[in-house]
Amino acid sequence: MKEELFISGRHLEKIDPHLEIWEFPISLYLFLGGLAAGILIFSSIVVLLNKEDKFPSAARWTPILVPIAIVIGLLALIFDLSHKLYVWQLYTTIRIESPMSWGAWVLLIITPLSILWVFSYIRELFPRIDWKFSILYRFESFIKEHKKFLATLLIPLCIILGIYTGILLSAFNSRPLWNNAILGPLFLTSGLSTGAAAIILFSKSQYEKHLFSKIDILLIIIEIGLIIHMVMGYYAGSEAHINAISILMNGDFSFMFFVILMGLGLIVPLLLEVFELLGLKMSVILPALLVLIGGLVFRILMVEAGQLTRILY
Amino acid sequence: MRYVMVIDTLKCVGCSDCVVACQTENDVPFGYCRDWVTETVTGTYPHVEMELRSERCNHCENPPCVRTCPTGASHVAEGGIVVVTGNECIGCGACIESCPYDARYQHPEEGYVDKCTFCIHRVEKGLKPACVSVCPTRCMYFGDIHDPNSEVAKLLAERKYKVLAPEAGTKPRIYYLI
Repeated sequence: MKEELFISGRHLEKIDPHLEIWEFPISLYLFLGGLAAGILIFSSIVVLLNKEDKFPSAARWTPILVPIAIVIGLLALIFDLSHKLYVWQLYTTIRIESPMSWGAWVLLIITPLSILWVFSYIRELFPRIDWKFSILYRFESFIKEHKKFLATLLIPLCIILGIYTGILLSAFNSRPLWNNAILGPLFLTSGLSTGAAAIILFSKSQYEKHLFSKIDILLIIIEIGLIIHMVMGYYAGSEAHINAISILMNGDFSFMFFVILMGLGLIVPLLLEVFELLGLKMSVILPALLVLIGGLVFRILMVEAGQLTRILY
Repeated sequence: MRYVMVIDTLKCVGCSDCVVACQTENDVPFGYCRDWVTETVTGTYPHVEMELRSERCNHCENPPCVRTCPTGASHVAEGGIVVVTGNECIGCGACIESCPYDARYQHPEEGYVDKCTFCIHRVEKGLKPACVSVCPTRCMYFGDIHDPNSEVAKLLAERKYKVLAPEAGTKPRIYYLI
């Protein structure tokens, strides 16, 4: 038997018995970052393949969400800082060892690029927009000419952004539930899946909806595979790792993990999308919405549960 | 030069003078602390053992807080002391999440992250950290481990000791004599 207690000192409201410094804004930020990366990757691929007319939602409509998502995400992130006025300190140094540092830099590049991306075609969607200054029209045609170059730039940057949302968590070995190498690729896959779901939601073309449903099916299968891989990795790990995964397997977060994430967020939309492809009359909106909610729940689950796990000594 | 702390768990009585001294010396906000005392009881009566430990930042040789800090506010100062520069800190909490010892907190009024500094302001004047200087059982020792004649080096050469969570890979520099 072992009993341990603090006999003095630690009456920290937020620290004892756990350190829960990161709350909902961080989960939201990770979700929106992944979603933005997913949408822009698909949009860039469509542009590079010259299929803009076949996939209007992927090429034009859904990317409008990206700058909005990134700005909301960044505001959420800043809201969660406790020393907000010093946020500019992020841009006084580049620290390769700190995922948060290079994430901040990548976002500094992607945010304006995503605005330029939308700026280049927004007049095609809303012809009544008037830029007023001729320089803006010239700038618009300049970006249009170099759109493929922009797409080539955006793909690697968005892959980094998508992976970074996972690596931000996995860099902490003191929180065993975060500390696994699969979390980066897993969050990237989840981000791509939510991106595909958003494209389905905004699409009016049956052809586009079907193709992105197929892509989403593949991504959901990969995501489930990676999650199983992650869980198995924990059971093959040290005591701290086995303790950590038990919070999802048979602990406080089991319901959220099995029912909401695995069930409603992954397996149900997967089945609905498969049935739809097989010709059954189904809504494609419902699975897309479930995938998006599942993506957000996944981030909340990992952020909240991860902070409760620790190395025992 | 490498400052370390050696704490004799066999001499500690758990009076918490170190905690109060630190709060007074460093003007630690109410309800917060940079050091704390834990009591661990193992076994079943009548075969029980108790260990008292005065804990704080371990001023690790491989500090994860310094690694994950995005601005460089958390850094290693002279003598291996891990400190935070308040006006470079954005309060993101990455260092708090990365610390296996839960030794850091966000200052409730100032907003930056705060922690034990080994009382660097006292050490620079040739004094000992506040906690060490007030300990009534003199169970705490502070000094340069690279100097073979220092009290800490001698104690670690003679006595059996342990560090906390060595598996975290942080190479902690607070040694507990057991």
